[in-house]
Amino acid sequence: MAKMTMIQAINSALDCTMERDSNVMVMGEDVGYFGGVFRCTEGLYQKYGAHRALDTPIAEGGIIAAAIGMGVNGLRPVVEIQFADYIYPGFDQIVSELARLRHRSGGEFFSPVTVRAPCGGGIRGGQTHSQSPEGIFTHVCGLKTVMPSNPYDAKGLLISAIEDDDPVIFFEPKRIYNGPFYGHDVQANVATTWSAHPAGEVPEGHYKIPLGKAATVREGSDITILTYGTMVHVAEAAINISGIDAELIDLRTLLPLDLETITASVQKTGRCVIIHEATRTSGFGAELVAEVQEECFWHLKAPIERVTGWDTPYPHAYEWEYFPEHDRIIEAMQRTLEAD
Amino acid sequence: MALSRKPAGHFAGDVNVDAEGLVGTQSKGPVSKLHVPEASSRPGQTADFSNLDIPPAGITPKPEIDANALDIQSLAYGLVRVLDDDGKALGDWDPQLNADQLRQGLRHMMHVRAYDDRMFRMQRQGKLSFYMKCTGEEAIAVAQGMALEHGDMLFPTYRQQGLLFVRGRPVLDMMCQCLSNSKDNLKGRQLPVLYGWKDDNFFSISGNLATQFSQAVGWGMASAYKGEDHLASAWVGDGSTAEADVYHALLFASTYRAPVILNVVNNQWAISTPQSFASAGTTFAARGLGFNLPSIRVDGNDFLAVYAATKWAADRARAGHGATFIELFTYRSEGHSTSDNPDGYRAKNEAQAWPLGDPIERLKQHLIQMGEWSDEQHDALTEELKQSILQTWKEAVTYGTLEEGPHWPVSTMFEDVYKEMPAHLRKQRQKMGV
Repeated sequence: MAKMTMIQAINSALDCTMERDSNVMVMGEDVGYFGGVFRCTEGLYQKYGAHRALDTPIAEGGIIAAAIGMGVNGLRPVVEIQFADYIYPGFDQIVSELARLRHRSGGEFFSPVTVRAPCGGGIRGGQTHSQSPEGIFTHVCGLKTVMPSNPYDAKGLLISAIEDDDPVIFFEPKRIYNGPFYGHDVQANVATTWSAHPAGEVPEGHYKIPLGKAATVREGSDITILTYGTMVHVAEAAINISGIDAELIDLRTLLPLDLETITASVQKTGRCVIIHEATRTSGFGAELVAEVQEECFWHLKAPIERVTGWDTPYPHAYEWEYFPEHDRIIEAMQRTLEAD
Repeated sequence: MALSRKPAGHFAGDVNVDAEGLVGTQSKGPVSKLHVPEASSRPGQTADFSNLDIPPAGITPKPEIDANALDIQSLAYGLVRVLDDDGKALGDWDPQLNADQLRQGLRHMMHVRAYDDRMFRMQRQGKLSFYMKCTGEEAIAVAQGMALEHGDMLFPTYRQQGLLFVRGRPVLDMMCQCLSNSKDNLKGRQLPVLYGWKDDNFFSISGNLATQFSQAVGWGMASAYKGEDHLASAWVGDGSTAEADVYHALLFASTYRAPVILNVVNNQWAISTPQSFASAGTTFAARGLGFNLPSIRVDGNDFLAVYAATKWAADRARAGHGATFIELFTYRSEGHSTSDNPDGYRAKNEAQAWPLGDPIERLKQHLIQMGEWSDEQHDALTEELKQSILQTWKEAVTYGTLEEGPHWPVSTMFEDVYKEMPAHLRKQRQKMGV
């Protein structure tokens, strides 16, 4: 075991898979010689060469397309989109091609591409360095969508994604690249560096965390909190501050969704609060509300609450009014508890 | 349609710009006016291609395969032609194919046409939901397919069915795909003609235009990554060159010197939109020069020229010199698809007025001129192919039709979305009761 930040854990996942399989290569803007603007691919160019840590032109559509073709020809490309906010020029290639190739070809062709993209806010990133577009991708059949919340999961999930024969969209919350984040105005009695956090202990070798499996971060009996990414830590702080005995579930994989873990928890607590940074309307939270309502209707003691980003573009000056902070989370938990 | 401003037969002086096209900047009052390109003809007009600059066959020199793009610029503005009006093969680009190869090419083209004719009529009779012919463009897919090797990966559009004939795809299987029946290898999931065939390296056709163009470059990059000498060949139409994927393909092919052949089939029409909306008043091949890619404009109705240019590009890619951009200059003789009526946007006689003729007639004339073919043999082969297509059609419908089945079991709709079926899809399948 070693102490790793999320960046180091991601780097280690790439290193492990590249070492084991010469068909694994990384590609994207600035990922090669320079090692990536967030350092996630640092040292891979020097260790594996320019063709396996491949710098690309600035063309997300071209990068995804090239990766699809490489995947068809037997490689396992791990594409980096520098910010999730810039994934849209590659959207047609992801939705119309990558996601559907296996189905439309009757199972004859597939392309095992992993698309990594730093996502989320809380970093003064403004409109185009803060977005959480996961709900756009969970709507696309044929894709798997993953978002880790800590170094241990990030490495295990990324290795699983790379070795998976289906295309995986792998969102990395950049706010927690260097340490957990509990909210802008939270003075929680918790670790603020990964080295002081239990999930900062990461095996140096190869291991996997299965896709499609949620993690119960904290057991509780009063409310089920469903969340993922940075908001796992913000929710944890809110629970600690409020003293509410909430069960905190980190979904880890959004699609396919671990409905078993979710329904077992909500059927136990009878209450559910869903938290994500992404905007509210048609966000992934809406899908979670619908699933919980269908599966747990007769167990519910209160309406399901959602705490999300507002339905506005991500603002620069109003970062902490936009970001779902602990006060909004605690209010939602209290409303849910008082509902009956 | 000033599509050729440069003499086709020269490399020297390639960098000199013909000033004629660049004058006319003197101010004459208001300067800004929205220019909307015009069509080659519209309904009610008489089609006239006499302003097309068609260089004679045989005059274009053939460069070495390691030529630099900017040293052979004239190839992007000229037109590589081998067969002259009398059916004689002329010049450096004559690929020197033997009579058996030529007859094989002719047979494939005639086979494609017989297949198209039957399938089009079956759609008109309501037996198929949709069909797209490639009439007039048969030489492109057939000659290019023959010039490539089996290990080369093909990334076609919906109008290169000739590639399948060259690679030996059973016509029965193609018909079953179009019928979406129980023998369709795509399990009833795709529109007719969006074929895919993994075993013989024919990539799955997508409805989304140009997406495969840049994917092919990635495929070629992977081949180079692995140190294999296979190449990828991709096709796109004149209209689809406007898509960003084409720009990506050209750039990535050039940046990484990928072993790919990027083909633009300029058949003059994108449904109802003339090529002038995408060509920007110059040739499509000219676009490759900005990417430093050797770019060649070829008579797409000249089987020998198409074969030779493709072979040149393939040799070049296999020798590690990188990608080639080829514009195949041809004409879409018929409607865009069975859902289209070209009488609504172009003159009725435009196909007849097309000055580069018909690819089958031109190769036939060449073989006859060589003493290797005859009208009698030609007519007999036409009839033989027509009958074999008819017999195969009769067999194909025994495996089912779109309206009456049998199809693949409906439960298979949920398969292949992922490698393993996830729980939510199993649940949906159960809900459907299949």
